[in-house]
Amino acid sequence: MEPLVSIRNLTVDFDLGRRVSRALRGVDLTIGRGEAVGLVGESGCGKSITWLGILGLLGGRAKVHGEAWLDGRNLVGAPVSELERVRGKRIALIFQDPSSSLNPVHRIGRQLTEALKLHRGLSGAEAKAEALRLLDRVGIPAARQRMNDYPHQLSGGMNQRVMIAMALAGEPDLLVADEPTTALDATIQAQILDLLREIREDSNMAMVLISHDLGVVAENTDRVAVMYAGRIVEQAPNNLLFERPRHPYTRGLLNALPDLEGPREPLTAIPGSVPEPWNHPAGCAFAPRCDHAHGACHSEIPSLARRDGHHLSACLRTEEMLGHMLDDVSDREPARSYA
Amino acid sequence: MIRFILSRGLRAVVTIFLVVTFAFIVLRLSGDPAMQILSVDAPPEAIAAFRNEWGLNQPIWQQFLDYLLNVLHGNFGDSMREGRPAMDIVLEHVGATLMITLPALALKIVIGIPAGIYAALHRNSLADRMTMMISVAGFTVPSFVLALVLVLIFSVHLGWLPSTGNATWKHAILPIVTLGTAGAAILARFTRSAMLEVLGQSYIRAASAKGLIWRQVVTGHALPNAAIPTVTIVGFMIGSLIAGAVVVESVFSWPGIGYLLISAVANRDLAIVQSILLLIALCMVCANLVVDLLYGWIDPRVRLRSAH
Ligand SMILES: Nc1ncnc2c1ncn2[C@@H]1O[C@H](COP(=O)(O)OP(=O)(O)O)[C@@H](O)[C@H]1O
Ligand SMILES: [Mg+2]
Repeated sequence: MEPLVSIRNLTVDFDLGRRVSRALRGVDLTIGRGEAVGLVGESGCGKSITWLGILGLLGGRAKVHGEAWLDGRNLVGAPVSELERVRGKRIALIFQDPSSSLNPVHRIGRQLTEALKLHRGLSGAEAKAEALRLLDRVGIPAARQRMNDYPHQLSGGMNQRVMIAMALAGEPDLLVADEPTTALDATIQAQILDLLREIREDSNMAMVLISHDLGVVAENTDRVAVMYAGRIVEQAPNNLLFERPRHPYTRGLLNALPDLEGPREPLTAIPGSVPEPWNHPAGCAFAPRCDHAHGACHSEIPSLARRDGHHLSACLRTEEMLGHMLDDVSDREPARSYA
Repeated sequence: MIRFILSRGLRAVVTIFLVVTFAFIVLRLSGDPAMQILSVDAPPEAIAAFRNEWGLNQPIWQQFLDYLLNVLHGNFGDSMREGRPAMDIVLEHVGATLMITLPALALKIVIGIPAGIYAALHRNSLADRMTMMISVAGFTVPSFVLALVLVLIFSVHLGWLPSTGNATWKHAILPIVTLGTAGAAILARFTRSAMLEVLGQSYIRAASAKGLIWRQVVTGHALPNAAIPTVTIVGFMIGSLIAGAVVVESVFSWPGIGYLLISAVANRDLAIVQSILLLIALCMVCANLVVDLLYGWIDPRVRLRSAH
């Protein structure tokens, strides 16, 4: 697949005055044209700042290093004017809390036509017609009336549809959906995910679906990257990742998922918590929480290595544990419930 | 909308009534005007005659009812000192006060709001720190101290500007600057924090993510939202156009409402004090009403809520 965005060794440091906190510790990730990639990990592992960092949206206290290639240009360190042309037009973002992502004092229509003017040079009746078409496209009923509404008059789900319509205004090559359904209830969540899939089917737009929930990305992406404490620890096509998870962290996440078809079992959450950026372990960041950690795990940082085909995993003990882990997982056969 | 205006209007009337009542009672209880106006060693017959003439020997509730009835007929009582309608005297002084408070208000807005916006947009920069330092100084220093410092520098030392009276336009400069400085400081601080609050909101980041250049984000998505709280404080400043210069007018002997109020209180000229307080209350209440309406106009959340 032809790569659209290639991220190499991306780091983000926050200058907190007294100390510098390294929140992203070298992320490598490539998104192909039209591809849907899931980015999964517990809250705080750096999923959002990966994309905010690339687009220069983290503010002055964040220092971003590394590479993020788009059309042969490195976005990291690019002038703001160049980033402004990428934002919304090449890479669009939608966020977790749609209702607070829209400006409360402007009408929906105005916020939508603003994007159309910016990216497509449309104004007046033309912009209005296109805005209506987009609202229609994202499944908003009575679009004409909604144009005159303010965000607080719409439900969270409707506001997320508006955000998606706004993202589509720029006809982007990549949509980064940052936990687009976390703030919404279950039925609405499914509707929004369906809408995103539908849009991708007829536009060849690539998508990064960020979620802390493996279940959400399972059905909506082609490939999954699992993040932990500022790094990607495992990356594989969906079927491989869900059937043969390699990294103990991924396995932990899978075990924490409710098994939809099997008998109800108590969820086994991963014990312990994510290390704070300023208290990062010397070796593998997951080692303190890992049942399989020993010796070198506490001193050596595992690199994201290709084990076979497209399956990448950053664990020193992958080979040793492979048999044991596969046995474990096949006991539960979780793959069927997500695929 | 009609209901909104009616309820606010009713509240305004109640507020004014309370102010008038409070002023009336406190003034009657705090000393006998006869002693003040005629002096303490006036003959008892003269004092009795004076009290009779001004109705001071009647029970206080009787006096209050008479006063209210008169006010409702547009009669605000006569000045005990000058023997002519108190409101006329008060209104004669309004012009002088506005002559310094209006330019001061302009000064506050023209300096305070841009300074606050600039400081917020360059948070933690040298300019921001300087602005905030000046601002803190501006509103912690009492206005009479600032007035005295300005007089010391510009009148006594440099001899550029007169310090008291209102003979020429030059006399207005120091009172205006004194009033304007403190207000600009308050407004700068207020605007800055309103802007910072807005700039931290998700919709600002979302607007940037959409591809808007920073200037468009600021003018289209930050300023309109930050205007909402700022309008309140400006409205309050407009409400105090008449009452806000009492100290400064006394320091500079500027013959405005504040100056009149101080001397009327000292003289126990009841009708004058009451008329001034009524006027001040009226201004405050009107400004509040306007702020409420403006609020609804800028903030759709308020407008649509009150419509139901
Ligand atoms: N503005 C900021 N200042 C300091 N630290 C931040 C800032 N934004 C994010 N971080 C830190 O970066 C880490 C990753 O954040 P984020 O990407 O938002 O996590 P998530 O995976 O939940 O999206 C977190 O530990 C968070 O504390
Ligand atoms: Mg996030």
